[in-house]
Amino acid sequence: MTVEKQVELNEVDTITVKFAGDSGDGIQLTGDQFGNTTAFAGNDFATFPDFPSEIRAPLGTTYGVSSYQIQFAAKDIYTPGDTPEVLVCFNPAALKVNLDVVNKGGLIIVNEDEFTDKNLKKAGFDGNPLDPTSETLKDFRVHKIPITTLTLQALDEMDMGHGDKLRCKNFLALGVVSWLFSRPLEPIEKFLNKKFGKKPQVLEANLKVLHAGFNICDTMEIFPIMYKVPPAKLEPGTYRNINGSLATSYGLLVASQKIDIPIVFSGYPITPASEILHTLAALKQFDVAAIQTEDEIAAVTMALGAAYAGKLGITGSSGPGIALKVEAINLAVMTELPLIIFDFMRSGISTGMPTKTEQGDLLMSLYGRPSDSYLIVLAPSSASDCFWISIEAVRLATKYMTPVIVLSEGFLINSSEPWKIPDIDNIPEMKAPFRINPEGYLPYKRNKETLARDWVKIGTPGLEHTIGGLEKTNETGNITQDPENHDLMTRLRYEKTQKVGNDIPDIEIIGDKDADLLLVGWGSTLGSMRAAMEVVQASGKKVAMINIRYLNPLPKNLGDILRSFKKVVVVELNLGHLNMIIRSKFMIDTAFLGRVTGQPIPVTEMIEFINKELDSLKEH
Amino acid sequence: MSTETNQIKYKATDFKSAAEPRWCPGCEDYAILKAVQTAMAKIGRPTHEHAVVSGIGCSSRFPYYMSTYGFHTIHGRALPIATGLKLSNPELAVWVVTGDGDGMSIGGNHLIHALRRNSDLNILLFNNRIYGLTKGQYSPTSVKGMVNKTAPYGTIETPVDPLGLAIESGATFIAQISATYVKELVDVLIEAYNHKGTSFVHIYQNCYIYNNGAFDGFTNREIRDDNNVKVEHGKPLIFGKELNKGLVMGYGKFDIVEFEPNKIPDNIVIYDETDPVLIKMIKDLEFPDSPVPMGIIKRVEAPIFEDVVREQITMAKDKFKPDLKKLIEAGDTWEVK
Ligand SMILES: Cc1ncc(C[n+]2csc(CCOP(=O)(O)OP(=O)(O)O)c2C)c(N)n1
Ligand code: SF4
Ligand SMILES: [Mg+2]
Repeated sequence: MTVEKQVELNEVDTITVKFAGDSGDGIQLTGDQFGNTTAFAGNDFATFPDFPSEIRAPLGTTYGVSSYQIQFAAKDIYTPGDTPEVLVCFNPAALKVNLDVVNKGGLIIVNEDEFTDKNLKKAGFDGNPLDPTSETLKDFRVHKIPITTLTLQALDEMDMGHGDKLRCKNFLALGVVSWLFSRPLEPIEKFLNKKFGKKPQVLEANLKVLHAGFNICDTMEIFPIMYKVPPAKLEPGTYRNINGSLATSYGLLVASQKIDIPIVFSGYPITPASEILHTLAALKQFDVAAIQTEDEIAAVTMALGAAYAGKLGITGSSGPGIALKVEAINLAVMTELPLIIFDFMRSGISTGMPTKTEQGDLLMSLYGRPSDSYLIVLAPSSASDCFWISIEAVRLATKYMTPVIVLSEGFLINSSEPWKIPDIDNIPEMKAPFRINPEGYLPYKRNKETLARDWVKIGTPGLEHTIGGLEKTNETGNITQDPENHDLMTRLRYEKTQKVGNDIPDIEIIGDKDADLLLVGWGSTLGSMRAAMEVVQASGKKVAMINIRYLNPLPKNLGDILRSFKKVVVVELNLGHLNMIIRSKFMIDTAFLGRVTGQPIPVTEMIEFINKELDSLKEH
Repeated sequence: MSTETNQIKYKATDFKSAAEPRWCPGCEDYAILKAVQTAMAKIGRPTHEHAVVSGIGCSSRFPYYMSTYGFHTIHGRALPIATGLKLSNPELAVWVVTGDGDGMSIGGNHLIHALRRNSDLNILLFNNRIYGLTKGQYSPTSVKGMVNKTAPYGTIETPVDPLGLAIESGATFIAQISATYVKELVDVLIEAYNHKGTSFVHIYQNCYIYNNGAFDGFTNREIRDDNNVKVEHGKPLIFGKELNKGLVMGYGKFDIVEFEPNKIPDNIVIYDETDPVLIKMIKDLEFPDSPVPMGIIKRVEAPIFEDVVREQITMAKDKFKPDLKKLIEAGDTWEVK
């Protein structure tokens, strides 16, 4: 690309861009495509799609605004960015809800065609903020582009309906931002060719509009500035863009292949868990039975029936559905079957804010079942980590014959990042631990090392037995109400999960091991914690952090790590679940930063908190 | 497998476990247990090829008394568990034992969906019109006005109609029988097994302790022949001790006619287990004005859930080679040097 005009080329390290508009404006698609060009340009990036729970909220309303934020950089980054430097607004409502979040001095691109009296009123503006006399946007650099008009002009000669033409306007915007960030158009063209290959007219229209958007920036000199973010120095290898939902599904497929046991995944639709069911339902060629059941209880019990039969029985849901599964999960604990449950946490309680994220189910996963009921709890820390956690869930469930809950998050499911594609040949095989020898078989006889009972494929000759929810005698499995036996079995079930502690990696400290302050988190907070830590470190202070992926049992070295710091700061998207566990298990004082806004904790807020805690250490 | 060698192969006692049944003396669950074991011996498959899955209730203790594979699960959920099992191992003969409370109250939703899903399960619903295990509360099939622990002034709700529920849910095999008809019960169980698809067997089972005599009006040996009509495909709908009564077409319902024994009139309806109209009319027979139907009410063929799931997997495999590496590396990739 050659730029002949007097445009300043601004090379920056990192930048955050946000697209916002009506949910019908194709914001998510626009964001995804911009993400692809970012990947193509070799930047590291992290994305945050955020949408209303209404499928098609009334047009032009503030509550119907859908958005897609992406941070990309010439270095490693960990979050989709707190506040955008560039905001692309498709209508007044999108401007209204995002005015507070754009950086002062930031660049705002608006589709000025949409700033009609009617739309302004719907968005709750008094007067038009684009008027030269308006004060509303005085702190920003505003670029008005008649996106709708330009789209229609570009398609003037095409014989297609007005509505169909309008539908192309997000690609005009994409052309504009591609120019602004010195991006090639090839990846988007490739995508369009693939998507609309069979509809030549739609393809032609979108390509036309895309190029029109790009070219008007050249010819109309809309922007006095262009940005360039040089490629990041990522580890060498082949990369792709991955979101948590694909990573989770792929991890399960790899695990299924490595252990050579097919998957039965049963679920009942719920945001945001449905994504996994959709993905697996379309991948039947990998011997996956993906079943939509009549409710969540049927989903978990069907998966349990599959686990009983000798298959990988897996189910997934979110808050309201997880609540329904509890009794069946306890049956899995009691019958010691390798059921895997994914909880894609969303903002609760009850229906809450279905499309928003939260970490509110930790205590429920650990303790939210009747009686002394223990199982393994894991939590992925990033979109790509969902892949590895899926494999680990299969390994541990089948090796220890116990249910595993994977505490995933709505945020992880939807967000994406560059992923160095692993060589799956290097992922170790797993042993399917099926018992076939009838000699000396007892249903509840345990492996000495793992305390796991034998897994029997139902139908194996000579191993007939009955299991169930009633308490049974250790080893023989005969039902009994013997008091001492119940005490023993309760302890054995507990100890079995504790044995897993010998089989999981130690936690590694990130940052300054000799710091006084340790940040502790789990799940998706890894990104913002890391970003905050690096900012504080850059100011010459020392900070360390850990992310706990194994929440039950906890890694063995956790206590020693916690005790070796003067100050422990726990960070969570809840009011203190892990914080409570750490305080009670290790009896140490902690400081706590918890937010339940449905959004990741802003890095700036975390930095402030860390600095405050560091200052308080100095005073002592 | 020929039936001849099968008969030599297995005895009913081969399907008995070492555990002593703990039902109350006089409970008809014993009779059903024996019938199931007899049917399995006749079916002629070894114990490891059968699995019995149950919910919670007196009836659901069943698997412990069988020498087959067994899973005593949680209240109301035997059906989806059994479906997961059958889906995972279609070779197994999967039997589900459930009660009127287990199957039609707490598990009612699963029953509807299991019946329309048509997995090859054999559902045995023990209907004693009471909650036995929890000591005598009313169940969804308790007769309206029945006085019991939770309804000292009588129950208020209209009872569930099990056959109607099964018909409306699209069940492909529906049978009704009383535990007192030992031989017929065995026959029905074998037919339920032979049916490919979900078989729903509604069994009247007397609870000796909390609802004794609930079915006396039509199961008592003295009078039962006058109050039951044997339903058999291709056979006339006749009943009575002397086989002197029969059903003829009335206005939207059956009318009862009497005739001289052995002289069956031409207008007696010949039953057709595939005819939706007859199926509906036979289930509408209301005791005591009409006899209670016993036998196979409905039997039709339909695609089987687990078969179609398998077929789709095979189809997908033909269409897309299952190449994990390719899948993971699909889409837009880029090299970092
Ligand atoms: C979730 C749950 N709720 C309640 C119970 C208590 N409970 C056990 S069996 C039963 C009713 C059983 O009645 P039915 O299914 O008719 O079986 P029966 O005992 O009559 O054979 C109830 C309410 C339970 N075990 N689990
Ligand atoms: S309570 Fe009734 S159903 Fe239960 S075992 Fe006793 S007689 Fe049988
Ligand atoms: Mg009952």
